Amino acid sequence: MALMDLANPTRFLALSGRVLPWLTGAALASLALGFYLAFQAPADYQQGETVKIMYIHVPFAWLAMFGYTLLALSALGILVWRHPLADVSHKAMAPIGAVFAFLCLVTGSLWGRPMWGTYWVWDARLTSMLVLLLLYLGLLALRSAIEDQNQAGRAAAVLSLVGFVNVPIVKFSVDWWNTLHQPASVFRMDGPTIHPSLLWPLLICAIGFSLLMLALHMAAMRTEILRRRLRALEARAAAEAAYA
Amino acid sequence: MLGEHGFFILASYGVSALVLGALALSIVLDGRSVRRQLAEMDQRGIRRRSAGRDAS
Repeated sequence: MALMDLANPTRFLALSGRVLPWLTGAALASLALGFYLAFQAPADYQQGETVKIMYIHVPFAWLAMFGYTLLALSALGILVWRHPLADVSHKAMAPIGAVFAFLCLVTGSLWGRPMWGTYWVWDARLTSMLVLLLLYLGLLALRSAIEDQNQAGRAAAVLSLVGFVNVPIVKFSVDWWNTLHQPASVFRMDGPTIHPSLLWPLLICAIGFSLLMLALHMAAMRTEILRRRLRALEARAAAEAAYA
Repeated sequence: MLGEHGFFILASYGVSALVLGALALSIVLDGRSVRRQLAEMDQRGIRRRSAGRDAS
């Protein structure tokens, strides 16, 4: 079966209908294991028990960037290949990515207060993550402001491609500027600097949240495909009623 | 168990659970609403021409 055949909306509905329950189950099981290990893990020698916030804050940050990367790839699918499933994927991901970016900022703020003595500073990492959230919200606003769905999809695709420049800025902001936020400690050229007793629960939580994001995205895509079918049927019914 | 900063830890997990739960619920309810409207259209005899071939 060719890859483009799988990207057919009807095939996608059939395939995702079978995969979604397993994906959701795997996400919940991974999160349960991750949280169990996280609350068994020792406290950090500097940050004490507040390091427990890391097990949710860091996956939220990674997935806010991953979600936007998926948006940019979907935008390419809209603008280059004009594939309808790319537009469905793009539209479905925007609110999910916005939620992950929002939770990254909220949990970071709640972690910052006891560790830095403040909920917020305008340092490069925090500010660029706030910009990422605003880009997500801008995409949602843009789509809802344009009535023609095709036009809205293309406009949102262009905005998401332009905004993608912010993703490497979020990632490397801690290397390029002096920030209160700590530098990367997992994805580094010289390997992770976190002790394995803290790293493993973090990685399992990250896998769980990744699977959860994919499951939510898949479910939202299924609904969006059905919504477009509903709109087409309503338009056809209206046209038939007008000619009758 | 969570030390002197327990409030910040519990607030982080609580807000995350609440917001993610609301997101998941909104996606599920949106899906149900669209399926119900499609079923109503189907009952009125308005269905896709390729409905018989669809695996969905």
